Formats: sequence, C-alpha cells, structure tokens
Amino acid sequence: MMGLNKKDTSLFVVVIVLALLAPFFLNPFPTDSSMAQFNAGYPDLMQRFVIFGIFAVGFNILFGLTGYLSFGHAAFLGVGSYAAVWIFKLLTYNVLPAIMLSVIMAGIFALLIGYVSLRRSGIYFSILTLAFAQMSFALAYSVLSNPKFNLTNGETGLQVYANDPQWLHRDSLPDLPHLFGLSMRSTYEMTVGGWSFSFNTGYYLCAVILILTFYLSIRLFRSPFGMMLRAVKSNQQRMNYTGLNSRPYTLAAFVISGMYAGLAGGLLAAMDPLAGAERMQWTASGEVVLMTILGGAGTLIGPILGAGFIKYFENIFSKINDNILHQWFAFMPDGIEDFIVAVIHPFIGKGWHLTLGLMFMMVVIFLPGGLVEGGQRLARLLRRKKSDESPSADTKPAE
Amino acid sequence: MGILEIKNVGKRFGGLQALSDVNLSVQENSVHAIIGPNGAGKSTLLNCLVGKLIPDTGSVTFQGQSLLGRHPHEINQMGVARVFQTPEIFGDLDVMENVMIPCFARRDGSFRMHAFETVMNEKELVEKAEQILIDVNMIDKRHMHSASLSRGDKRRLEMAMCLVQEPKLLLLDEPTAGMARADTNNTIDLLKEIKEKRDITMAIIEHDMHVVFSLAERITVLAQGTPLVEETPENIKGHPKVREAYLGEAQV
Ligand SMILES: Nc1ncnc2c1ncn2[C@@H]1O[C@H](COP(=O)(O)OP(=O)(O)O)[C@@H](O)[C@H]1O
Ligand SMILES: [Mg+2]
Repeated sequence: MMGLNKKDTSLFVVVIVLALLAPFFLNPFPTDSSMAQFNAGYPDLMQRFVIFGIFAVGFNILFGLTGYLSFGHAAFLGVGSYAAVWIFKLLTYNVLPAIMLSVIMAGIFALLIGYVSLRRSGIYFSILTLAFAQMSFALAYSVLSNPKFNLTNGETGLQVYANDPQWLHRDSLPDLPHLFGLSMRSTYEMTVGGWSFSFNTGYYLCAVILILTFYLSIRLFRSPFGMMLRAVKSNQQRMNYTGLNSRPYTLAAFVISGMYAGLAGGLLAAMDPLAGAERMQWTASGEVVLMTILGGAGTLIGPILGAGFIKYFENIFSKINDNILHQWFAFMPDGIEDFIVAVIHPFIGKGWHLTLGLMFMMVVIFLPGGLVEGGQRLARLLRRKKSDESPSADTKPAE
Repeated sequence: MGILEIKNVGKRFGGLQALSDVNLSVQENSVHAIIGPNGAGKSTLLNCLVGKLIPDTGSVTFQGQSLLGRHPHEINQMGVARVFQTPEIFGDLDVMENVMIPCFARRDGSFRMHAFETVMNEKELVEKAEQILIDVNMIDKRHMHSASLSRGDKRRLEMAMCLVQEPKLLLLDEPTAGMARADTNNTIDLLKEIKEKRDITMAIIEHDMHVVFSLAERITVLAQGTPLVEETPENIKGHPKVREAYLGEAQV
C-alpha cells in the first residue's frame, strides 16, 4: 500500500490508529477512580506526545541512519518556534503559514550549522553541534533581545501583544492560533459512563502531521537515499572508494532532521503562542537523544515510543507525591507503610529524573536496541511459548 | 605509455622510508602483479594510487591524468576500484545492498537523492547486482547480513562490489588471502573470465604464487620500498635478485 511493503504498512496502520484513537487509549481509567492520575489523555499532554514524537522521528533520520549524533537539535526546534510566533505577530494567527515558515527557517539554519559541523565526525561533530546550539541559545536569550533590535524578547519569551500588527487578522477569526478559523484550543469532551475523553483540534492537527511525517520517514528509510545513509554509518571508507562523497548525503539528512525539529517547534508555538530561549538549551537537545535511544535508534517506531515514554514520565510520574503513596499503601501496618513510602520517595515527584535515568541505564545495558528490541524479544518469547503448546499450529516461517 | 604511470614515487612514515623512487608502468588491459615480502610497501603503494595517501615525491597518472590530490571518490569515478587487504564492506547491510550501492554510485555518479524510490524497484540495477552475485557464487547468500559472512566470502563480496562498477583499473590487495583452495581457484577463474569478457586492467598484490603465475603478464618485485625487477612470469622464477629478496620467505 502506498509504496510500502507489508510489514511497513502494518506498522504505519498501527501508528495511524494509535494517533487517531489516542484520546481513548490514554484515558483508560474512569475520571473519579484513584487511578485517574495515570490518565494522560488531556489535550496539553497529548499534543506534547505527538510533537516530541515528530521531533524524535526527525532526529532518528540523522542519528539512527547515519550515526551522526547531534547534540544541538533543540536549536532548530527553537528557531521553528520563534519563526511561528513572528508570523502570529506580524501576519495572522493561522497556523499554516506559521508552520511553513518554521520548517523553512529551521531548514536554512540546519544547512548552515550542518555545513560546518559535518566537516568533522564522531565526538567532534557532536561537540560542534552542541557549541552551535549553545551559541543560538545565548543569542536568543540575550544578544538578540535589546531595545534596538528585539528578535526574541529574551527572558520573557516571544509572544503576541495587542499592539502587534497582525496584518491579515480579521475580527471574525479567533484571537488564538487557529486553522482557517478552527481554534487550536477548541475541545470536544465526550463522557461515557465514568469515563471522559477529550478531542482537541490542536491535538488532531499534530496527529495528522505526525502521520504524514512518519510516512515520509518510512519512505526515506526504504529509499536508496536511506540505504546510502546506512552505508555512511556502516563504512564511510568503503563509500568513498565506491565513488560516493558522503558529505552531501549526511548534509541532506541533517537538514531534513532539522526541518522535522523546526516543524515540532512550530507546532509547539501553534499550540501555545509563545517561544522561549530555554527551548534551545542543551538539556532539550539531550532529551531528544534520550528519546531516540530509549525507543530504539534506527528503528522506525522507536523514537515515537521513546518520546511518549519520556513525556509520560515527565508529566505523570512527576505528579505522584507522598500523600498519594500513603493512600496506596494505607492497607499496610503504619510502620511498614512509612518505610515503603520513604524508600519510594526519592524516585517520584521531583525525583522522576532519577527513575528515568535508572530506566535509561537498564535499557542501554540490557536492550541496546531500545524499547523496540524489548518488544521484539517479548513477541519472540510469546511465539515460542505458543508454538511449544501447539507444535503443529504454526509451522510457516515467521516473516 | 601505460594506463597507469607511477614515476619516482616516495613516501616516508616518520623514520621509515616505506617507498622510495618507485617507477612502474602498467599497460592497458594487462594483469600486473606486485609481489614482495611483508612490509615491502605494496599496500602503501596502492594507498598512494587511490587517494588515501599523498606521496611525498613523484607523480601518479591514470590515463594521462594526475591522481595526486584527488579525493578517493573522484579517483573511483575515473574508473579505479580497489579490493582492500582487510575486507572493506558495509557490515550493517545485507549482501544485496552491499552490491546495490556501487550500482547506484556507477549510474548516478555524484550525489542523487532518490528519497522516494524503493531500492528493489530499480529493476535494471537489481538485475546487474544479482548477475554479479551469481558470478561470484554468492547469490544464495544475498539476504545475509554481510558482517556474518566468512572472511573468504567477505573478500568475494568486496570483489563483486568492485567488479559491478566495471572499472577500467582494478587494484587487488591480496585477494585470496584467507581463502580456501577451492575458493582461490574460483577467484582465479572469475578474474580470468572478467578479463576475457571486457577491457580491464588489473594490478594485483599476492603472496600465493599459484595465483600470480595463473594471472599475471608482468611481475614487479618490491623490496623495502623499491622495485627490484620487472619481468614476465617465465623470467622471474629463477631470477637471482628475487631469491635474494625472498630469502627465508616463500619459495619462488
Ligand atoms: N599509515 C602508516 N603509518 C606508519 N607506517 C605505515 C603506515 N602504513 C604502512 N606503514 C609501514 O610501512 C611499511 C610498508 O607497509 P605496507 O605497505 O603495508 O607493506 P606490505 O603491504 O608490502 O606488506 C611497513 O613497515 C608499515 O609498518
Ligand atoms: Mg599489505
């Protein structure tokens, strides 16, 4: 289907279903139950799942295929956000031109930074990208925000003010980011029994874009271009002696993944019309590295899983506090309850980073292929068990 | 004038003069063997031809054009392919993909993106790749992960990757080292067959004298970075200087 083989098609269908039905999947617990705090189906968080999914899918095109580890991709995300907010300020709240400019600006930025950084490989490449990103951060944070020339509005962050021109704005349109009048904030709440599900316009815009960009990434992975990128990772020397200059390939991959990052940045601004310099900081660049490796670098779906996993932790685990723990373990004798809560305490709430760090270590040590490898191992284990029980049932070789 | 002209080439590594005053002329459509003891500078000489090293002195011309200062990929695009002493293949890719990459490189020359095509839909290239895999006896291994191949198979794969580019000049650095006898004979037959089928010049470094005498029309003996003699195979066997260079080494 659509130029994809059978396996890729089913993967693509899974992503479509997950993206479109996420409001259901992410709210499995009734609103009033004590488990409701594990529900992640609110618009804000769902948008972030998908936006960072796009960011990681793009990052994976560079890192997963070529092996070039960029520590500066947040710079492109930030550029995308600033570009989008400038469109909001000058032209219109319509997100379409904003997102388009985000992608273009990030692409231009990536071309410049990539052109210089890709002259080196390995750790030197990583350091160069990190340096450029930190430079961009410093520029955005202070240099480019002075009264004479205020491009980024420094510490406060770039936002839309009432006296901004917005030349194409009309009074009939929402005073918030919208798509041809459809406000990004509008949400339809559906209640079924004790459950409630939110369907948010902004989320669905992001989800559709995720589906499109994921499709693009599958096509890239399977294309001759994708094969060349894997060749770069595998043996650059052989590539050169085969008559290929690896630089244009890596640069193209760098620019494409920068544009994905810009798209993600533009979407962040489209969901909440604000752009701050902290989006460009090195921790943000590190986060997308973690997402990609955690999910499975070089796999198609891994980055999406990794992004979802980390964002879920960041938003849900971080909200568990001691009171909630006491509720959970209330059935135990007091002394033991206090002890257990004290043991778990460092890993929850503000300590979620610790938990995430430990899990990241476990994944890297035991599952170098990330969550995807974990899933594959599990599937193999289950299949073996099944075929042990009924040896005649499944004799065809697995595809 | 030969297709490849090496004049007064010298190369120094720190205190070691790896090559000094090397003069060599390889005639078009001939097989020229370079033999010599380990450390004689044979691989270094090839490195100076393909752009991996730049010689300190001298000149290297291929079809009348200087190769010095060109990038490896440019030299390959002029029609020079090399099989390395330790196999250089794309270990993360499968055998078929390994052969498809040189096919693309040959057809497209420099960078072409092809971001929306599918590799296996390039019928013409696939056919070409499959044919070369049949020629090197590896077609049944085309879906194998190439890192898991045996050393001999890796060599044959690398040879297939070079041959599928239909190079004018093929440089082979000990192509049969680590191969079983039967595979060595297959390789000799393959190279002979290629030679008959189309115009190709080969420079081959080899320790196995059976291979050398089966293929070579001219033989250059290199010792301590300098060519000692250049002769036909018939005349080289009893040559006193060759004996001297190989004293204690393989019997010539
Ligand atoms: N890149 C290098 N740096 C330093 N010394 C080298 C390098 N390459 C080769 N040599 C030295 O040059 C000499 C010739 O090596 P080489 O050309 O590999 O010999 P051969 O292929 O004839 O066995 C050896 O002594 C080797 O150690
Ligand atoms: Mg050697």
